Amino acid sequence: MAALLELEDVRARYGPVQALHGVSLDVEEGQIVAILGANGAGKTTTLRAISNTVRREGGIRFAGKAVGRGGPDDVARLGIAHVPEGRGTFAELTVLENLRLGAHTRRGSIKDDLARVSAYFPWIDERRNQQAGTLSGGEQQMLALARAFMQRPRLLMLDEPSLGLAPRLVTEIFRIIKDLNEEGLTVLVVEQNAHIALQLAQTAYVLEVGRVALSGPSVELQQHESVRRSYLGY
Amino acid sequence: MSAFARKLQAVAQTRKTTTVSTGASLPVIAALVGIAVFLLVGSLSSSIFAQQTVAGLAQGAVFGSLALALVLIYRATEVINFAQGEMAMAMTYVGYQLTIWGLSYWLAFALTLVIAFVFGVAVQLIVIRPVQHRSVIAVVIVTVGLFILTDGVVAWIWGADLKFMAAPFGNQVYHVGSVAFARQDLGVLLVSILSVILLWLLFQFTKIGLAMRAAALRPAAASLVGIRVNWMLAIGWGLASVLGAVAGLMTEPTQFLQPTMMQAILIYAFAAAVLGGLESPAGAVIGGLLLGVFLNLTGQYVGFVTSELRLPAAFVVLLVVLVVKPNGLLGRKQVRRV
Repeated sequence: MAALLELEDVRARYGPVQALHGVSLDVEEGQIVAILGANGAGKTTTLRAISNTVRREGGIRFAGKAVGRGGPDDVARLGIAHVPEGRGTFAELTVLENLRLGAHTRRGSIKDDLARVSAYFPWIDERRNQQAGTLSGGEQQMLALARAFMQRPRLLMLDEPSLGLAPRLVTEIFRIIKDLNEEGLTVLVVEQNAHIALQLAQTAYVLEVGRVALSGPSVELQQHESVRRSYLGY
Repeated sequence: MSAFARKLQAVAQTRKTTTVSTGASLPVIAALVGIAVFLLVGSLSSSIFAQQTVAGLAQGAVFGSLALALVLIYRATEVINFAQGEMAMAMTYVGYQLTIWGLSYWLAFALTLVIAFVFGVAVQLIVIRPVQHRSVIAVVIVTVGLFILTDGVVAWIWGADLKFMAAPFGNQVYHVGSVAFARQDLGVLLVSILSVILLWLLFQFTKIGLAMRAAALRPAAASLVGIRVNWMLAIGWGLASVLGAVAGLMTEPTQFLQPTMMQAILIYAFAAAVLGGLESPAGAVIGGLLLGVFLNLTGQYVGFVTSELRLPAAFVVLLVVLVVKPNGLLGRKQVRRV
């Protein structure tokens, strides 16, 4: 069976700097796949190449169809939700407006989705009319997740969801990601925190300077000598 | 450049545009309430004061509509559209032409707004979009060019002499006690405020309005949720052009039709937008109303402010705002994290 998302020899550059030197990876439907690596390894660029926020070469197929080189809006409309690093919430808009924007590409009522969002994030209900910029970092990350959820994507791409959050919040956010995955959502997550990412994901790819250095089931990577030394620290 | 440095730069870029909204501060709200009370008390105690206030509000509503058009485009494209007044003037001529062809005033009015929308969208697609990503100054120069072009084309088609349209509201005067209100002032005030309210409803409660706001605030994040950002910007230009057309058509009864009719109004609108805080739609409207009333009352009560001094008075307002409160009444304070 073909994977939901397939990258084949994807390259990307920022001006003269080559950031991806040919990345190939597969994301199977229903899985959580993690991309690990040091700063500058190309993790974020990989996600940006998928969502067409950076110009790329090489083939990307989603649900069996080639992803065109249009804009990020076209990719979003295919059913890929990209929560960028720094969360990309609309700080000037209210919580509810952020959620409504998540459902922008969909027709019909969003009532059911709002109800499901408040089941996952009970605090959102009472703070619907609060400006998103006044939320704490953890709440903004949750709002970004909730907004992506409103999009009803087939694939959710998260860039460093743990960045700058207290450990307790990180645990909570990853529990929610796990729950969403168990309901059938496919997740591609970029993480610096290899420890928690390998616990969460079934499959992981390790990037080094724009190439896939290692890949395999998380349980195997956890045992892998160089992964343990470089990323897990034991 | 190392990969790490590049990443730092990317983070810096996402942070650079972070703004913190302060909204209306308490002193500003207090001042506005004070002004409202002053106008109300003044109007109740003097019939001339009341008449001048209402006439000032009517003029101010026109300034406010055009100021709002400027603000809409400023928020989305980050430039002042210097051609906003001339586009409005051209649309007023279109309305005039429609009445010449036999349409009733209000039918011509409605049709003009539709044409204005299409015109605004077309201007964005054809002349603004190609230079949009170059630099702010390129877009500004294009709008100046558009000013000259529109001016020339209108004079070429209709000539530069005065033209007259049918008066939309008639010349009746309503008497409330000893105060006489011109029906025209009330009509202008009503139509301008109504169009502003409709626009506000569109932005606040509809999906496309929300998408337009998102596209103007954070284009990159907006396109990630599937919003067609370029289309939203074009629609924004269309709506600004509609507001301009309303301002033009509401100016016509007092100024009559001539190619220069909106040039002074644009300056007033500019002052109103700055007074309200260039980023704030509500500020633009409030700024317009305040300016209209201020000019009318000073004209009435301050002996040396004759009609020749109206435009300089608007400049004084502009200057004082820029020196004392550069963010305007309701503007957001720009906070840049480096």
